[in-house]
This record gives sequence, structure tokens and C-alpha cells, in this order.
Amino acid sequence: MPKDHGIGASPKRREDARFLTGAGQYTDDINIHNQAYVHFLRSDVAHGKITNIDTTEAAEMPGVVRIFTGADFEGIGGLPCGWEITDKNGDPMKEPAHPVLAQGKVRHVGDPIAAVVADSLEEARNAAEAIVVDIEDLPAVVNMKAALTSDSALVHDDLSDNLCYDWQFGSDTEVVEKAFSEAAHVTTLELVNNRLIANPMEPRVAVGDYARANDESTLYTTSQNPHVIRLLMGAFVLGIPEHKLRVVAPDVGGGFGTKIFHYAEEAFCTFAARQINRAVKWTSTRSEAFMSDAHGRDHVTKIELALDADNNFTALRTDTYANMGAYLSTFSTSVPTWLHGTLMAGNYRTPAVQVNVKAVFTNTVPVDAYRGAGRPEATYSLERVIDKAARELGVDPIKLRRQNFITQFPYATPVAVEYDTGDYVATMDKMEELMDLGNFDARRKESEAKGKLRGLGINCFIEACGIAPSNLVGQLGARAGLYDAATVRVNATGSISVMVGAHSHGQGHETVFPQVVAEMLGIDDSLIDIVHGDTSKIPFGMGTYGSRSLAVCGSAMVRATEKIINKAKKIAAHLLEASEADIELKDGQFSVAGTDKSVAWGDVTLAAYVPHNYPLEDIEPGLEETAFYDPANFTYPAGAYACEVELDPETGEVKIEKFVSSDDFGNVINPMIVEGQVHGGIAQGIGQALLENASYDENGQLLSASYMDYAMPRADDLPMMANYVVDHSCQTPCTHNPLGVKGCGEAGAIGSPPTVVNAVIDALHSGGHKVEHIDMPVTPSRVWAAMQA
Amino acid sequence: MYSFDLVRPTSMEDAVAALGQEDSQPLSGGQTLIPTLKQRLAMPSTLVSLSAIAELKGVSVDGNTLTIGGGTTHAEVAAEAGAYPGLAALAGQIGDPAVRNRGTIGGSLANNDPSACYPAAALGSGATIVTNTREVAADDYFQGMFATALEENEIVTAVKFPIPEKAAYIKFQQPASRFALVGVFVSKGADGVRVAVTGASNDGVFRWSEAEEALNGNFAADAVEALSAPSGADMISDLHGSGDYRAHLVKVMTKRAVAKANG
Repeated sequence: MPKDHGIGASPKRREDARFLTGAGQYTDDINIHNQAYVHFLRSDVAHGKITNIDTTEAAEMPGVVRIFTGADFEGIGGLPCGWEITDKNGDPMKEPAHPVLAQGKVRHVGDPIAAVVADSLEEARNAAEAIVVDIEDLPAVVNMKAALTSDSALVHDDLSDNLCYDWQFGSDTEVVEKAFSEAAHVTTLELVNNRLIANPMEPRVAVGDYARANDESTLYTTSQNPHVIRLLMGAFVLGIPEHKLRVVAPDVGGGFGTKIFHYAEEAFCTFAARQINRAVKWTSTRSEAFMSDAHGRDHVTKIELALDADNNFTALRTDTYANMGAYLSTFSTSVPTWLHGTLMAGNYRTPAVQVNVKAVFTNTVPVDAYRGAGRPEATYSLERVIDKAARELGVDPIKLRRQNFITQFPYATPVAVEYDTGDYVATMDKMEELMDLGNFDARRKESEAKGKLRGLGINCFIEACGIAPSNLVGQLGARAGLYDAATVRVNATGSISVMVGAHSHGQGHETVFPQVVAEMLGIDDSLIDIVHGDTSKIPFGMGTYGSRSLAVCGSAMVRATEKIINKAKKIAAHLLEASEADIELKDGQFSVAGTDKSVAWGDVTLAAYVPHNYPLEDIEPGLEETAFYDPANFTYPAGAYACEVELDPETGEVKIEKFVSSDDFGNVINPMIVEGQVHGGIAQGIGQALLENASYDENGQLLSASYMDYAMPRADDLPMMANYVVDHSCQTPCTHNPLGVKGCGEAGAIGSPPTVVNAVIDALHSGGHKVEHIDMPVTPSRVWAAMQA
Repeated sequence: MYSFDLVRPTSMEDAVAALGQEDSQPLSGGQTLIPTLKQRLAMPSTLVSLSAIAELKGVSVDGNTLTIGGGTTHAEVAAEAGAYPGLAALAGQIGDPAVRNRGTIGGSLANNDPSACYPAAALGSGATIVTNTREVAADDYFQGMFATALEENEIVTAVKFPIPEKAAYIKFQQPASRFALVGVFVSKGADGVRVAVTGASNDGVFRWSEAEEALNGNFAADAVEALSAPSGADMISDLHGSGDYRAHLVKVMTKRAVAKANG
């Protein structure tokens, strides 16, 4: 019988009561007495030289408090990049300045030129229309390959070209070339990983506040990681010491990566509040979000797979152009490199793997991590080329994958990482069972009888989560540590506040984290609350992204709880007049082994705070412990996915009839929440595969700049729930963290895009259409055009 | 949006008088105008809401004519136009429930969005557009993207639809907006077959005369199958499909609409 509490139980999410009844407290719900509002005047051209900004008339408009331009930020730091990549020649990447407000040039549509602070938002907008900006248009740099030609315009005039770095990683060139020259078969594929816009339900918001009395600044912001923002903004942009700067990220309505980064609007509101001695609030409109939130993906890749005569993979080589956009966003440079190249081996024993990445500046919105971040791009390239190889060789795509699976663990790949555990055969077996593959041919015939084509798509994936071992990422260029922290504060009556560095913006931490502590202590989880999102309340943690919260912050919480248990046992031993070694904790009772003597959890906690009968000579009063946890390795969730699509050959329309995910997340704390995460991730992956596309024209204008043209997945784009099966019963626990967990937040978005595209290509071949590839999103018009070719 | 005055007259006379003021603009369901105002792309000094004028609302049947007040919402048409099932079905597929409960037939026809559904129904039924000053045949009313025969301050007060023997509308949705990428309305009535296409052409809604001719001879999907698709040269070409793709869809959707009309 399933548990009803603690680890492995699925209690409903406690945070949903406030979200669903309108009681959530989001950043836009925060209003400070006498606050002013800022409206950003943004560039409507992609590339141009600012020759003049005249704010004279605007400054006289009603309600205007002050107008800021780039000139007000001269001498103030620009927005920093958090990861330095070393070029294959040994040179550091090019790292151009990223000013808070444009200085001299505008570099993408949406680049902020001026900021009008006024008593009301309407007055700020009115005044912004009266600002006169003269811009001398420059040619827009949009296409990545053209950007690297010698006659391209320069996004940054102080750089010699538009190449941020040329990175090479993995096996030596001679080794790879030898394998390709000896190969019995080589499959090559060129593909695009389409640019996406995360579109969290809550747009970004920032409220800067300033207390002149003690020279303290507070920033309320829609962030996944308030301490990271405090560090970057305080130390690198505004020069505010950390003890004078508080960053609060209250309820956040979805992040998906795009709320990791430090944005200009955050720095602006904090800065402006200090200048005018008044709180300053900015709330993004949806239109602004499209042109100012960091975008995701945007790779153009050529991938080659070499196989021997027995269809064993012998080498893999990739050549990727990765779009950085106009400026380097916080973690942009790490995404196509360390978060992508290290996963290129996938689930396979390929002995030689080499990854080449050119990162390119263009006059587009900066690109950075988006759910999966680098790992979806790696999985997509690899699993598409494997599918193409299977078709060229006339072998079953499942058999080809199985034949090349890694089966021995730990396994050191040619791309630096060591997988600790996994069982790719087990997840594949489970997927085949749930997919009912034996009856696929019958289902295909049924579709054909209706004039439709049915396709089956298979995909395997591995990801590196639980980001990340600090010593390792430091060697790789990270400018931050990637540990996390938790403080367990036990109160006198036994209730507990757990202050965590992770931030919950949809993941359900407020439910899951107490399940773990309750299990360890044997008490009811209603006694436990999580505190997160406020740097003045929580220990220094690095936040939530990369499926890391439970694996890293949860591990810190376990360590802190272990310290609590150790101390509590000492107190219990004193109260029971027994030896500490004989004290056992079970169901919230401390007892002396082999006797009926015991004290309750509440007796011990009360003694800690009312230490009348207490070993004061040995231990301090109180019961509060902090632990920092730095992981020894990444975690490696993996899975096998499949879907069946039905394709209408008359219109090119693709419907997903069934989707199965078989994931290995290691141990699972709350199955319901895990399943919700996977359902959501797959929905986003289906969005990428079939619908979503951030498209620029040759002038750098964003064509898909609203929901009229940017297609988000909706419920009816997904299979019915009965055919939307997410399974996590294959579990090989992580070997190096105390909970044995691997992380589940990104899996769905990583595993699903190639699954869908493979199914579409299979459907087309079943109808006699020899289409080898269609770039995502696989829209009806693209399918139809491919069928006409 | 910029600030403006809002008036809500209860009679057509008062509405017309209010629209005589400089920079005033009529507001019906607001499904296009309100987003336009929010983007600051329009700056009326006065909005004249038509929502309190009783005579603009409602669906009625007189003999073989279905009349819909200009201020009637899509949801009301979907629920009350049972005498003309093809039209009721079209109304029930416009946008989403929020749109259908605010948007009106008069607003849609006055706006004449090239991807809207109602223009196909009006042209494909041979409807008559009734305004506060005159009656205009659908064939004369639609004059290209966002262009109609309406004069300044002329309000669509009603639309009269002859109820055909058979009719159906098939919409292939643009994936993002879910407006019609191509929508085809076919009807077979006393004056013959009409085939009206929305979403596809740079000139807005149009009648596909070759298909009408073929279907007048044989009202069957096969009759459409034998035709070549119209030329893609004048069709809209954008992120969501080329002109050739839209032209192809015109044929496919026409075929499907005929099959649906035949039940």
C-alpha cells in the first residue's frame, strides 16, 4: 500500500491552496509607500548608432520624476557573465560590455535606451513618447554563419569579429578522424535547434527600494536565485556591499530558466531608488517579455556518426553554431559548451566523441539557459542522427540503440563526465511494455484506413543534473560555486522552519522538503515549513535550476537535519540518564535501546530552549543547525521515450496520439509531483517540436513577438491523459547524495523533442515520402512542403 | 492605453450623434479595439459603446431569413441560430469562450480581419449587411483586408442571412492565434452554391468561383477534387505558411466543407 506521508508519499501540494485562491504574493503584489514607476524606452531597430537623445520636453511632462539614459550609468559596472569559456586556442572568450541602458549603440530590438521614472506608469509612458532619439541605422547581424564572414557588420565595435569563442572538446582530432576514415558507415545530419521564448505565466517584475536611514537597498524580483542576484548586482554592477543589500524573490509564477539571470531592469530599479530616494517599480508587459527575457536554444548543428560493420558506434563529431544574441547573459556561455558538450555521448559507448562550438554575437535578444539548457540540444542532435543511421542501415532503431547502450557503471565518457549509475536497458524495456509496441502495426493500419499516416518515434536521453561540483566547475570557468545550503531551525515546541537556498517557483518544494525532514524525525510534516526566497532569512544558496533543488539543497537539508538529530540525541540521553550511544529515534520518540524509557520530540526541543535540566557544560542550548552541501558529481537521470503520431498527408497536420516516458530519476520523494514535472516538461518539449519558434527577419525584427504568432502548446495539442503515460519505476539511486535522488525537472523537455520528430519522419516514410529531416517546429506547412519536395 | 471618455448610449440616434464628435470611435465587443488601445496604437477622444442599444441584439427568423443584430455575441449566435446550423457552428468555433462572450458579429464584419470567420459566412451565404443608413449585399461589402463599404460613422445594425439548404464551414487554424489560416464556408441555397474563403488571400475574403461552378453541377467533394487549387501567387505568405500552402489548403478545406455540408 502506498505511504500516505513522508518519503514516497504523494500528499497534495500545500502551496496550491494559496495559488488557486488568489492568495499568492507575487512581486507585482508588492507596493511600497510612495513608489514611483519606470517605463523603459526600448529600441525598435536591431542595430544602430545613437546619435542624440533629447529628453528636454519629456522631463517637463506631468508626473515625471527623473529620466535616465546610458550616460547616467557611465562608470557603473555592466551586467556580468558568470562563466568564462576558453577558446580552443587557449584564449579567453570575448566578453563585451553589457550596459544597463544602451551606450552609444542599440544592439537588438528591445534594448533599453532610456528609463522614465514617474509618479504613475501612464505618466512614465506618456513622457517616454516625448523623448527624441536619433538612431543611425546599421546593418543587422542576424544569421550566424553570415555573422562570421569578414564583411559582416560588427555587433560590438571594440571586438575584431562576431565570434565569442571557438570551443573544442572531447576526443583528439586525430583519434576522431581515424575512426571516421575506418568507418563502415557514416551518417550525417544538419539541423536547427529552434530559438524559444520561455513565456512563464508571470512576466518579470522588479521593485527597488532604498532606506536612507541605514543605507540599505532591497530588490524584490522575479528570480529563481535571489543570492545569485545579490552577488552579481551588488558586487559587479552597483557596488553595494552584501550586508547593505537584500534581495527577495517571493512567489514566482514560473521560471523555466529565464528567471535565473541578472537583468538590467533589476539593476536599474535598485540604482534609481537610491538616486531618487523612493521605491521604483517595473512590471514587464507581455510584449516587453518577448523582447527582453533571455531566449533559449538557437543552435545550428552538423552532426556525424561513424559506425563499424556490425553497427557499433565508433565516433561522433559535431559542429555547432550557438547564438549568444547581442550580449552575454549570465550563464549563456556555459550552455552550448559544458551543459551541451559533456552530454554528447548520450547513453552510448561511442569511444570517440568530439564537440565543436562557435558562439556568435548577433543583433538579437540574448540567449541563455531554458529548461534543459544544452542537454536538449545535445539529445536532439544525437538521437536524430541515430534514427537516420538506423533508417540508412535498415535496422530497427530500438535494436541499434540497445546494441550501443552503456551497461557497466560507473562509466567515464570521452566527454569528461562519469555516469555513476543507470540502467538503460530497464527503461527501454519499460517503455516498450507501456507503449504496447506489439500492436503498433495494427494501429498503423487503422490510421491508414482513415487516410492518415502513423509514425513511431523512439528516443533515449541522459542529462547531467544536480548542478554542480564547485571544484570541477571552477576549473571549467564558472565564476561561482554551485553548492547549496539549508538551516533547520527547531522551535521550542517542536515545530520547525527550514530555511533553504533553493527557490520554489512551481516545483513544489514547500510540500516535498518537509516530507523528507518529517521522515527523518518521525514527526508529522504539518509541523514543518519551508522558508525560501529572501536573502535576509535564508543561508547563502545558489537557487533553483538544472534539476538541482532536491539533489543539492535537499542534501544540505538532510545534513543539517542529521546534525539536529545528533544534538537532540545528546539532550535525550541527558534527560533519560542514558548513554548517547543507546538512544534511538523512532516515530518522534527518543528511547533507550532495550528499555521502555523514552522522551518525546517535544520534550527534547523544549529542553533545548528551557535548559533547566540540560548538559550545559557539554552542549549549547538551542536547536538550530546549518549545512552547506557541495555535490561530489553531477547526477545522471536517463530515460527512454516514445510517441505515436498521426499525420494528415493532405494538410501536414501532426497529432500526438500517445506519449510514453520511462524515466530513471533514482529515488522519488513525491511521485505525484514528479509526474507533474514530467508532464509539464514533455508539454514544453512538444511545444518546441511542433509549435514554438522565435523567428527574426533579415532586419532583426522579431516576427513572433506576441501570442498571435508565437505558438504555445495548449491542452488540446497534447495526448489525452490516458495516453500520456509518465513512468518512473526504474530507479537506480544516485550513489553520491544522501537521498539517492537525481532530479526530474528538465527530463521531459530534454527527452521529448527528438521523440516527436523521429515519429513524424517515421510516419512520412510509412507513406512513401523519403523525407530525411524537417526542422522544428514541425508545423503543418513545413511537413506539407517537405512532402512536395 | 491613452485616456478617453466613454459614452454608452441606449439608442441608435444617440450613438450616431456621439460618433459625430471629433475623434470618437464605436466600441462593440472590443476584441480588436481594446488590444489596439492597450498597445497605444489608437487614440480616440471618445469611445461610443454600442453595448446598451437593445435593438442591436438578438437572433430572429422570418420565413427563410435569419437576422442577427449587430451587437449579438458569437456565443449568442452559437446558441440561438439553430435555424441555420452551419452558421451557429461557425460562431461556436470563433476564438475561445472569453472572445465568444464579448465579440460581436457587427464588430467582426466592420473590422473585416482577413483571417476572421464571419466574413466567410456572410459572403458564403450571400448575406445582406444592414447599417443605420442602408443595406449592402455581402458581395459589395468586403473590399479587401480591413476594408469595407462602411462610411464614416456607419454602424452595422444587423445581418440578414438567407437560410440555405446546406452549409458548412471548415477552419484550418493558424497554430499560434488559432484564427483561420484558411477557412472555407460553402452553402447550397436557392441561388446556387457559394464558396467563400477567409484567411488565405492578400485581398481578404473571396469567392472561389471555379469551385462554385463545379459544385453547381455536382455538390460533392469529388467535384472539388477534380479542380486545380487556386493560384498561390495572391495568397498570404508568412511564418505560418506559404501562399502555395494556403492555396492547397483552400482546395482541401473546400472539399471537407462540402463533405460536411452533405452530412
